[in-house]
Amino acid sequence: MTLPAQPTKPGEHRRIARDARNDLLFRGALLTCALLVLAALLGTAGSTLWGGRLAFETFGWKFLISDHWDAVNGQFGALVPIWGTLMTSLLAMLLAVPISFGIALFLTEVAPIWLRTPIAAAVELLAGIPSIIYGMWGLFVLAPFLADHVDPWVNDKLGALPGVGRLFRGPPLGIGMLTAGLVLAIMVIPFISSVMREVFHTVPTRLKESAYALGSTTWEVVWNIVLPYTRSAVIGGIFLGLGRALGETMAVTFVLGNAHQFSESLLMPSSSIASVIANEFTEASSDLHRSTLIALGFLLFVVTFIVLAIAKLLLLRLARKEGNA
Amino acid sequence: MSDNTWMYRRRRLGNALALVLGSLATLFGLSWLAWILWVTISKGMSALSPALFTQLTPPPPGDGGGLANAFFGSVMVSLIALLIGTPIGIGAGLWLAEYAQRRALGTVVRFLNDILLSAPSIVLGLFVYSLVVKPLGHFSALAGGLALALIVLPVVVRTTDEMLRLVPSTMREAALSLGVPQWKVIVQILLRSARAGVVTGILLALARITGETAPLLFTALNNQYWNHDLLKPIATVPVVIFQFAMSPYDGWHALAWAGALVVTAFVLVLSLLSRLLLARTKVTHD
Repeated sequence: MTLPAQPTKPGEHRRIARDARNDLLFRGALLTCALLVLAALLGTAGSTLWGGRLAFETFGWKFLISDHWDAVNGQFGALVPIWGTLMTSLLAMLLAVPISFGIALFLTEVAPIWLRTPIAAAVELLAGIPSIIYGMWGLFVLAPFLADHVDPWVNDKLGALPGVGRLFRGPPLGIGMLTAGLVLAIMVIPFISSVMREVFHTVPTRLKESAYALGSTTWEVVWNIVLPYTRSAVIGGIFLGLGRALGETMAVTFVLGNAHQFSESLLMPSSSIASVIANEFTEASSDLHRSTLIALGFLLFVVTFIVLAIAKLLLLRLARKEGNA
Repeated sequence: MSDNTWMYRRRRLGNALALVLGSLATLFGLSWLAWILWVTISKGMSALSPALFTQLTPPPPGDGGGLANAFFGSVMVSLIALLIGTPIGIGAGLWLAEYAQRRALGTVVRFLNDILLSAPSIVLGLFVYSLVVKPLGHFSALAGGLALALIVLPVVVRTTDEMLRLVPSTMREAALSLGVPQWKVIVQILLRSARAGVVTGILLALARITGETAPLLFTALNNQYWNHDLLKPIATVPVVIFQFAMSPYDGWHALAWAGALVVTAFVLVLSLLSRLLLARTKVTHD
């Protein structure tokens, strides 16, 4: 049966033209929205670089290696905040990575099926708690606890070690890089463990079953089959956590103590890039001081951008392998 | 033979040790959650009172008073953030899902959006400071809302994009074959069928900005009094918590804990709600 030819109604052409125009307009509007996402990122990089140019021009490369911070005389060196940011994040990673791996192992291999979803949800709740709550808890509860029960032990036992001992000698203040590292670790555990758990699930069952059939234990399957298969994504998850730790502001601001004195001891107060900006930006009296803080923001943005980009690329690698399999 | 049994025992033991350590790690992680929640609830409850929602933030000795103006400010700033961030986010998400598949620009936007998702919020605050606060010459609620909108944006983009891609392509094809223009297909059919997912994204974004403090410090600043003018500094709960907690006054500390409890409870309810919504969408799509 053939349909009779549609008579062209007088309005037909106009309707088609209108639809085509609306489609084009709609598409343009959506594209504008997408470009605004790019603009947000480029704008952040550009405006912080522009705002920090005074500091970069004034101090040059010495900005990165000087630990002299004197707001009154307009001398600013960024070594202490940079060092504080890197050390607290490194500490956080040292604590969070093994714990997250343990949680992922527990959730994929050990726990009974019915227990997995609620526990995974509970761990992810940790990520939902606002960072200011971590900060308050860290300052009012964790810091006194560490000062009374943990710092003296760290000082006596780890401080007595040759070489690394100097990292652990200091007064038991409770606040400092060790505390900040611990709080950061708790904050990034949910991110790292949920990435690990998700990618562990992507391992083909037949690979794991083959290993079990050869007589492997659960641990051997995880260590020799699951981990090598998901290696790039696991490292990606770790970098994702690192990116979060580097940029975390409020929790660190509470427990780091905002000191500009350089100290190699982890028990001493210090400052991080984010905490210096949070503490001093509204009180900055000179243009140079404000420019210095914006320049620090630029450095932080660049470093986290690189870390997060690496994380993303590593995670995409596993996704691509999945797609080709 | 005995060599073999010894090896076997050692492997079994190693396995048991690893699994026990994994369980202990989980227990370790959950104990922090329990500790933090317990502290927040117990300290917050003792300071909770109706005055919290009806009275202004008190001056320094900090006895009595509430956080009413801060709650109002938080609602205003969050509303501004959602009003700016949500439409742009949905638009960009729709573009990624419907127009940008397998296009280089789409890959770049998706990649950078994921980075924006984890970018340090304090640096986004610095951006808004140079963009709005400096040219206008003063801190404002509007600037605070804009800073939070930059946090809302990537969350909404990501969920919209993901949820739209879950909609079966037969639905697109059926609508297009009826001669429906593409913009109508997207708005009236695809967006509607992915509605629950998109709403989840908005709820998640709201949960993220509810406790966000860092970018507000130098955009919305703070204000001890009522402020209805969006071009003036405004108090927000997280910033007031920060100010009060860092002070030496016990009255302020108590108010900070009460505020912390309300914020935490709100965020947890939101994430629970979005989880439920998401679970429901999955069921309807299967």
